[in-house]
Amino acid sequence: MSWSRRAFLGATAAIVAAPATIGQARPRVVVIGGGAGGATAARYLARDGKGALDVTLVEPNATYHTCFFSNLYVGGFRDYDSLGHGYERLVSAHGVRLVADRAAGVDRDARVVATAGGEKLPYDHLVVSPGIDFVEGSVPGWSLADAEAMPHAYKGGEQVRLLRAKVEALPEGGVFAMVAPPNPYRCPPGPYERISMIAHLLKQRNPTAKILLIDPKDKYSKQALFEEGWQKHYPGMITRIGPDFGGANVEVRPAAMEVVVDGQVEKVDAATIIPAQRAGDIAAMAGLTNDAGWAPIDPGNMRSRMDPAITVLGDAAQQGDMPKSAFAANSQAKVAANAIRGELTGSRVFPAKYSNTCWSLIATEDGVKVGAAYEPTPEKIASVDSFISQTGEDARLRKATFEESLGWYAGITADMFG
Amino acid sequence: MRKGLAALPVLAALAAPAAASEIGDRERGAALFDECAGCHEVGPGAQDATGPHLNRVFGRRAGSVEGYDYSEGLARMGADGLVWTLETLDAYLENPRALVSRTRMNFAGFDDPQDRADVLAYLRGFSDNPRDIPEAEPTARREIYTVPPEILALNGDSEYGEYLSAECRTCHQASGGYDGIPSITQWPVEHFVVAMHAYKARVRPHPVMQMIAGRLGDEEIAALAAYFATLEE
Repeated sequence: MSWSRRAFLGATAAIVAAPATIGQARPRVVVIGGGAGGATAARYLARDGKGALDVTLVEPNATYHTCFFSNLYVGGFRDYDSLGHGYERLVSAHGVRLVADRAAGVDRDARVVATAGGEKLPYDHLVVSPGIDFVEGSVPGWSLADAEAMPHAYKGGEQVRLLRAKVEALPEGGVFAMVAPPNPYRCPPGPYERISMIAHLLKQRNPTAKILLIDPKDKYSKQALFEEGWQKHYPGMITRIGPDFGGANVEVRPAAMEVVVDGQVEKVDAATIIPAQRAGDIAAMAGLTNDAGWAPIDPGNMRSRMDPAITVLGDAAQQGDMPKSAFAANSQAKVAANAIRGELTGSRVFPAKYSNTCWSLIATEDGVKVGAAYEPTPEKIASVDSFISQTGEDARLRKATFEESLGWYAGITADMFG
Repeated sequence: MRKGLAALPVLAALAAPAAASEIGDRERGAALFDECAGCHEVGPGAQDATGPHLNRVFGRRAGSVEGYDYSEGLARMGADGLVWTLETLDAYLENPRALVSRTRMNFAGFDDPQDRADVLAYLRGFSDNPRDIPEAEPTARREIYTVPPEILALNGDSEYGEYLSAECRTCHQASGGYDGIPSITQWPVEHFVVAMHAYKARVRPHPVMQMIAGRLGDEEIAALAAYFATLEE
């Protein structure tokens, strides 16, 4: 695909005469996955394309429950239904075609996506935004079949409800355990915000309960902020076992509700297991992933390094310094949509600018944030500037930061689904 | 038309300490303060009126006078960390809404830098005596960088602005909805441009906006301003 968009500048009737699109009305873009990357890409491609592109979104869930902000539901700060969003506006206002099915395979030579239901979806460009799947066996003793006994709750949806039910059902003075994931994983502060939200719920319902955090990492996102907040709001409730005390050597026994840390058996009352992660299955099935399990991309436009007719967005991409977050996926989607539209229709292509901010809630009105701005280099998407909340900030600033996070949720969901 | 744009003073990021000048003429400032006195009291026994009293305003966190009911915009800027200093007060007096969106201070601003300097010299007399407090605000200003009028007069490329705006829309709803993050839809061009340069120069607080504005060039800020000013969604 070496043809230049310049060839189309000034063309009118010839505007869709790309080599791959000869003899058809409009260039076809298929988007796999309706999350922060995929929904944003579909919306921007269809909306900004103003009918020039035929955009199909492949997503099995009629209602998308965001994984971001699901911790706030666990903590009792948010209704479950407030996390759910439909695709109606993408269809009715922007003309996206919705295929309510799972993508089961990609024939890259023929440029066709096959759905689980057997539908064939030809494309001129494919956007793959499948999020994460788990590395089987990364927590010995746990597999997806154990997710009822020990939920991962790390993809949003029903698993998150199950997690909250287990916290609520914890016996008085009981022990709740979390196994945190190794790097890299979705939402770096997510496990620690989840600990905060579980502690918040327990503090009110079951204040003598304990939380055991088993962590294979030496350090983690916003560590000083979480530690300060836990000391302040939940003193004596949370114990973290890092790798220096065997946190990287863990096995679980879901049937017996036991966690084995460095050979020592701990009886717990409930647990959540967040395993090691990799790109969502379809990325590997399409041959887009490397040995590490992630899909490498071109930092300038999120194009797959394996296939220039495919863009990979969000958590599944191996892009460099950006965290795996909804904010990052949304940011990448808009850069990619501009580049794809330019290639397929000759519209103007502008330089890539990426950014990210991750808010976390530690307790009522105690919000913190971390963020950075990113630009492409030949090797990777590189951080060029960053900031983080400080320890010891006053309550007014923390409250303002929390309120800002609510504004962000309203903003990004409007940007994805509006 | 371009009122209030010509001289937003912002500290140059790398400005070497250059020639300092006395900040202004207090007597002249006292006379100019008549324009403010309809709403603000200052001096012994001053109380909150339409606006908060202005005793000890230098060094005070914005929106922090106990008991005064501030606008949401000013309270937000205070929570974000805006502190009233010579630089921030100067920017506020020049164009209140460019520094603090949705402030209730209904004042068009002093265009003339000398007027602002004189009023600030007058107000400064009612803040703590700098001779007694070593860390108090300076009484003379460092050389300041002024956003040149030609940059403020740039005609933005609205199509480029539309692309760049995608970054803003993650948080600022294009519909103008306001759920904890202010709307920037249909913000007047001059306010938008001055505000972004104020973030860039770190006169306006807020780390996210300082970072976002920090990497935008003059043309890009103009492009965004042109786009958002006319956005209808």
